[in-house]
Amino acid sequence: MVKLAEWRGKDVFRKYGVPLPKGHVARSPEEAETLARNGTVPLPCVIKAQVLAGGRGKGGAVKFANTPEEARAAAQSILGLEFKGEKVTELLLEEKLPIAKELYLSLTLDRSLRVPILIASAQGGVEIESVDDAAIVRIPVHPFPGLAAYEKRRVAEVFGATGGVAKSLDRLLDSLWKAFQGEDAELVEINPLAVVGDGLVALDAKVIIEDDAAFRHPEYNDIKDDRTPLEEIAREKEIAFVQLDGNIGVIANGAGLTMATLDVLKEFGGNPGVFLDLGGTDDPKKVTEAFLLMAQAKPKAVFLNIFGGVTRCDTVANGLVAAMSQVPPENRFPLVARIRGNNEKEGIEILRGAGITSIPTLRESAQAVVAAAGGKT
Amino acid sequence: MTVLVDQNTRVVVQGITGHQGTVHTRQMKLFGTQVVAGVTPGKAGADVEGVPVFNSVESAVRKTNANAACIFVPAPYAKDALLETVDAGISLAVIVTEHIPFHDMLVMYHYARSKGARIIGPNCPGIAAPGLAKVGIIPNVVFQKGRIGVISRSGTLTYEIVNGLKEHGLGQSTCIGLGGDPVVGTSFVDALPHFQADPETDVIVLVGEIGGTAEEDGAEYIRHHVTKPVVAYIAGRSAPPGKRMGHAGAIISRGKGTAETKLAALSAAGAKVARFPYEIPDLVAEIVAKQGHR
Repeated sequence: MVKLAEWRGKDVFRKYGVPLPKGHVARSPEEAETLARNGTVPLPCVIKAQVLAGGRGKGGAVKFANTPEEARAAAQSILGLEFKGEKVTELLLEEKLPIAKELYLSLTLDRSLRVPILIASAQGGVEIESVDDAAIVRIPVHPFPGLAAYEKRRVAEVFGATGGVAKSLDRLLDSLWKAFQGEDAELVEINPLAVVGDGLVALDAKVIIEDDAAFRHPEYNDIKDDRTPLEEIAREKEIAFVQLDGNIGVIANGAGLTMATLDVLKEFGGNPGVFLDLGGTDDPKKVTEAFLLMAQAKPKAVFLNIFGGVTRCDTVANGLVAAMSQVPPENRFPLVARIRGNNEKEGIEILRGAGITSIPTLRESAQAVVAAAGGKT
Repeated sequence: MTVLVDQNTRVVVQGITGHQGTVHTRQMKLFGTQVVAGVTPGKAGADVEGVPVFNSVESAVRKTNANAACIFVPAPYAKDALLETVDAGISLAVIVTEHIPFHDMLVMYHYARSKGARIIGPNCPGIAAPGLAKVGIIPNVVFQKGRIGVISRSGTLTYEIVNGLKEHGLGQSTCIGLGGDPVVGTSFVDALPHFQADPETDVIVLVGEIGGTAEEDGAEYIRHHVTKPVVAYIAGRSAPPGKRMGHAGAIISRGKGTAETKLAALSAAGAKVARFPYEIPDLVAEIVAKQGHR
């Protein structure tokens, strides 16, 4: 899930022909002033923090300027802000347009229907979650014929679009559809989509690219997104690793089993701090890497819950023992293991050799790890 | 009768010469499955675990009458592999491959459907009917032939649960792993009618997880069409919103897809809800005991 900042989302829109305000990115107050002075960004202009969180307008992360000096001052006051946990390092300066009406438009996936779904509302400019359901139209778009003319007419009707606006909308919908497919997007959202004169302009852009399509979009590889530094390392090593707010690290194999382990821990008063899904592997080195990564997260205790199938218990045990010798003493943690399934006996033997006892039931092993982490929280 | 696979299932393994393809071809054969062909473009004439390798699915089907495919082809080529198998007339394709872009899967799903073929997966362990056939990677040892049907979105958790059933003397009729992706070829709603109709199945175990509304849709189907007892479990009760929990599809987004809403829907539809995986065998055993007394 690669969430693009507004300016990057607008670069995508530009590539596919979605109409945009004139604008430019600035990374310093001086740059903001220059853009306003040399006409790259016409005045008056709007200056927007490039953060991923919503609610920028209310949160003081959007300002207006009538002169280059004001642009500089506005930039100065926004840059370096901490907005909902994100530090502002980039700004987007755009011409301020006379807006007649604000609309909402997006394309995303409907998992149940197994088709893309086009969502439109005449009530744009606010979070779509706060809009009354009756004011939202959802149009399933079949992937084969793609977006049909009648479906586009339906959106025009919702928007009350006629004349130039209707023509602009027709082209814009084609562009949005192509962007959604062409960029392997999970979401393309324009909110607000503004009626300006007799045309339409995308004032904001929210684009999320699917991780699994990264192999055909190397251009997004360098985007750090909102992962923690350890999650970033895990991603490079292809380990499913999620940091949570507790203190117990969980290593299991398979997403479902890892989630179920978290649930059981929580039930017994534990507080999971790391979700680490080993996945299916027959390489002890990968197991070692995963443990070393876990150690860096400094958990108070670790719960290893393995059901051997594709992944063999002895592989995991060997990887674990190799990792234990490499963890620096200050990062060592109490470990509770439960390993069952394929090559269970061999795995248990290897762990015993390293002084680790495997507890066969999920209930008892979960209780043991909660105790090892200092009891119920 | 069984669910989707039986003694007449003849499997072609796509990507058979890769590591996973080779390992699981052997395991499928040990399970008793008729693995009749393998496909890897450019490797025709080779032999993997006694299975002849062909260049194309079309030639494999022509020579061996394969009627089901097990796909291990890497994600960037999985779409092509599926289109090829559907065009060769295969009616059931299990896709084990992980990380297939959902835009590809949308095309694959609708194409297969238009040609009357079924996809199980992707990112799934496949399907197994003990004593008859297995298409996929579910470990052979967890199974025991019996009368419990299992439908699950998980992999390893399914093995654990099936193993738990076995340890309680509860064998399985058929077990399907639907896969952890946002778009899957077979959902709970698609699988449930087969188990309801299957005379070999007495009780259905449904294992879901957070993300999407597949369990809610399944609950709706159960309410109206399933008369057999259902035991349900949902993984991810403690998962925070907005985080992808290992599976691409396991994410609570915009308040949708929580375990609470799924459990509530299933419970309202009459399913017995297990709070932990280890409660499932007990709940199933209770139902089986009651059925025995009828």
